[in-house]
Amino acid sequence: MNIDSIQNGVVLDHIQAGKSMDIYKYLHLDRLDCSVAIIKNVRSGRMGKKDIIKIDTPLELDLDVLGYIDANITVNVIRDGVRVEKTHLELPQKLVNIIRCKNPRCITVAEPQLDAVFLLSDPARHTYRCAYCDTAKDRKR
Amino acid sequence: MPRNIIDVVDLTVEEIDELIATAEDIIQNPAKYQEACRHRQLATLFFEPSTRTRLSFESAMLALGGSVLGFSEANSSSTAKGETVGDTVHTVSCYADIIAMRHPKEGAPYAAAQFSEVPIINAGDGGHNHPTQTLTDLLTIHREKGRLNGFTVGFCGDLKFGRTVHSLVNALSRYDGIRFVLVSPAELKLPRYVKEEALKKRNLPYVQTTDLDSVMPELDLLYMTRVQKERFFNEEDYLRLKDSYILTPEKLERAKADLSILHPLPRVNEIAVAVDRDPRAAYWKQVKNGKFIRMALILKLLDIHV
Repeated sequence: MNIDSIQNGVVLDHIQAGKSMDIYKYLHLDRLDCSVAIIKNVRSGRMGKKDIIKIDTPLELDLDVLGYIDANITVNVIRDGVRVEKTHLELPQKLVNIIRCKNPRCITVAEPQLDAVFLLSDPARHTYRCAYCDTAKDRKR
Repeated sequence: MPRNIIDVVDLTVEEIDELIATAEDIIQNPAKYQEACRHRQLATLFFEPSTRTRLSFESAMLALGGSVLGFSEANSSSTAKGETVGDTVHTVSCYADIIAMRHPKEGAPYAAAQFSEVPIINAGDGGHNHPTQTLTDLLTIHREKGRLNGFTVGFCGDLKFGRTVHSLVNALSRYDGIRFVLVSPAELKLPRYVKEEALKKRNLPYVQTTDLDSVMPELDLLYMTRVQKERFFNEEDYLRLKDSYILTPEKLERAKADLSILHPLPRVNEIAVAVDRDPRAAYWKQVKNGKFIRMALILKLLDIHV
């Protein structure tokens, strides 16, 4: 299967197989007017299988969102058909308005206009806690 | 940015020791402090009913020569009109020098702190945290035992929704040589995150049991709690669990002679009234200590040195 190379844009590589649609949703890629290619289950020496997303326009990505979903993703910035930047992600220390607290007793549920803030509490388990009520949220796997 | 106390761990161990020392000095020399907060105002914003905590804060500020304003239930504030916590606190911070706030929603004081221009003290947020009760407990333990390390402490009752328990377990986990005995019905066990953050991460020894009698002889401190009706969504569950543990003089026969019994109060029936006459009962002294430690905290947050 062949997908054209992009000239100016972003390639998200090393996405855990099956996660590409989550990323499409969290990054609101449906709102873009350009070509977006989602390539699933690509053979990978290191990962066995992986997903790739190619976005055919230069754009600023929320790296916190990406790091939260899958810190192994690499972000490649392409200009004039050449990769000019490659970023390895890490788990963000703080998530703001990326996930919401599910604890019905939490003030952010009663007052949804408050920023939803989560802090990384256990990097090994990818656990984040609501900064308001301490309720844990494990990263989607 | 003003200094806030949302969780007891916002204070370092050294700061807690300093607060306890100030409270001891207040107890010994009350006259020295009676004008310390002259012309300062404390707002008590109680979105949920309370007797002890609100009166204790107000009594503390009055004993420091300051004045108090506020409300004691959400219905008598603009919350009833749909005002957000942030807007209420922003408004009040224009009138007062410091705010003590109780709210039924967890994290409400943390939210309030984002909008306040003056220090916020969490006076209890739902089943989450209650740092000034914890400071009261620590002062009481210090006064009863003469130290904050090297003992076995039992927590009994509702360890799931009991915010005083969560805060005190967290606070004590920072001192050396403490062994924790957690006594509760299976449905009201200490939440996993408290165990993991406070006990497991620090490799502190603890046991969980449903049987108070069997562990009674081991305890140096017994922290009793009430099963709180307001924390249950389902009344059936409350009725089933409310009488799980009732402390009586008979049960105390197997306890150490120098045990100290604490309870954040109010009690319903989990400590028989007859236990009040036992010299090991420290919960009424605890009430008194609450005022002194809150005086010390107000002075610290307003940066007033006497």
